[in-house]
Amino acid sequence: MTREPLEVPADQLGRLLRELTPQVLGTVVRRFRDFAAAEDAVQEALLAAAMHWPREGQPDNPRAWLTQVAFRRMADHIRSESARRRRESEVALEATHTAEPTVFETALQEDDTLVLLFMCCHPALTPASAIALTLRAVGGLTTAEIAHAFLVPEPTMAQRISRAKQSIKNSGIPFQLPTAEERAERLRAVLHVLYLIFNEGYTSSVGPDLRRGDLSHEAMRLTRIVHHLQPPNQPEGTEVAGLLALMLLTDARRLARTGAGGELIPLAEQDRALWDRKEIAEGVALISDALPKGSVGPYQLQAAIAAVHDEAAQAGDTDWPQILALYDLLRRMSGNPMVALNHAIAAAMVHGATKGLELLDALKADARLADHHRLDAVQAHLLELSGDREGAVSHYRAAAGKTGSLPERNYLLTQAARLSSEHD
Amino acid sequence: MKYILMMNATKADFDWYAKWPKEDLQANFAFMHAFNKELKDSGVLVATEGLAWPDQAKIVRAGSDGAPVITDGPFPEAKEFLAGYWIVDVEGPEQAYRIAARASAAPAPEGTEGTMPIEVRQVMSGPPEELL
Repeated sequence: MTREPLEVPADQLGRLLRELTPQVLGTVVRRFRDFAAAEDAVQEALLAAAMHWPREGQPDNPRAWLTQVAFRRMADHIRSESARRRRESEVALEATHTAEPTVFETALQEDDTLVLLFMCCHPALTPASAIALTLRAVGGLTTAEIAHAFLVPEPTMAQRISRAKQSIKNSGIPFQLPTAEERAERLRAVLHVLYLIFNEGYTSSVGPDLRRGDLSHEAMRLTRIVHHLQPPNQPEGTEVAGLLALMLLTDARRLARTGAGGELIPLAEQDRALWDRKEIAEGVALISDALPKGSVGPYQLQAAIAAVHDEAAQAGDTDWPQILALYDLLRRMSGNPMVALNHAIAAAMVHGATKGLELLDALKADARLADHHRLDAVQAHLLELSGDREGAVSHYRAAAGKTGSLPERNYLLTQAARLSSEHD
Repeated sequence: MKYILMMNATKADFDWYAKWPKEDLQANFAFMHAFNKELKDSGVLVATEGLAWPDQAKIVRAGSDGAPVITDGPFPEAKEFLAGYWIVDVEGPEQAYRIAARASAAPAPEGTEGTMPIEVRQVMSGPPEELL
């Protein structure tokens, strides 16, 4: 009767549980239709697994084990609710009679992960709510871990997650795959949330760096899942590949991007030997495969631009004409003024600073850029290229006064100081 | 006991800082980086934040209908803006003062008169035990 316990190393167990979380949660939500209660039940099942498996060995079918425990917790939950709401409970209890996961549900597990993502990234939620809920429900992170990553107190994050669940409940968002017509739009919302999670981890250089970096890796892991779940030949699939490629090609530069004291190092001055060749190779392969399929979107274009940068052995080898052509396409596709700013930089690199400054002048009327530090920062950079040091110094300082990022402010002040000392 | 250590500065102070030579800026950045790490590693740091500069600072009051009424200057020359703060959890005020003095001695360009003033205030605690 005694079975030799299988050794389950803690980190391997954690990884397995996090992979299984969205599948199990999806199954439970599909069955019981109560997202908030299902989420609690799955968290309890995960806790039980973390306690029992290392001692008693991993079950043969970990997913079925977790689903069963979660189903039982749901039944308990419904029974206790039934004291208050007897009539409703009869309907719900009936559902628990066949609580064993069926073959049908096992076959649906991959779809359920996707459906769960569609639910958590629903356009009815604010981005902050969607991010928190996605990390918790699909990513399987604890509330404490998410709070830590976003540098907010745990009760604040707990409240954010609980309000997000409440909004899902109130809005009556159904747990099902969106229709074919809705699909592209809903997938865009999912990709946007994953993109925000990635950036949150990548662009921060303050706070506990390591944990923040984990957010980027979590975003990449989830995007990889969506990439694998995309039915082939769906036109939206190329944008998923584009986003995954963009993340890989950006993350590849992580180590080169900040110095020992946390200071920002711009692309042109990074030590390219520190770039992650493996990530670059994977990103380039993904984007090279996606682009010829024809349905080119903004993520693919951004990935293509990142690939051109990453493929240059030195900053001086950068193929700026190709980057300019890609920004031209991207600018026509999105009305994002930040894209227009980057386009102006690329134009300056190809046609000279004067051309770039001309393009900037045209952007100054854009209300979304008024008082934005990036406009001053780009103007300063282009003025420096054109040889106008005094103008560059004053715009670097203006940008420093406006930015909300401490490492960026330090960088901009250093640029101004460097130019004014050369000036003397 | 918790104390907040505040750096305050006038608009003229911010403008002066923005014109520091590169070496002085870098010495200052490096000091702050190491100082924050030390406070964190020694277990006294509760929170620290630097604030964006006051270029776009706004003063908000509720109008008669409760809607925000926003003033964005001009502010008096002598007005001090909060530039950043540390909250530390320490044994008593003396330890807070010692930490404040360290922050006050942050590197500045040669010839700078005096050191940076740090405002130290106690952060209020919950009710005393006998009232709980």
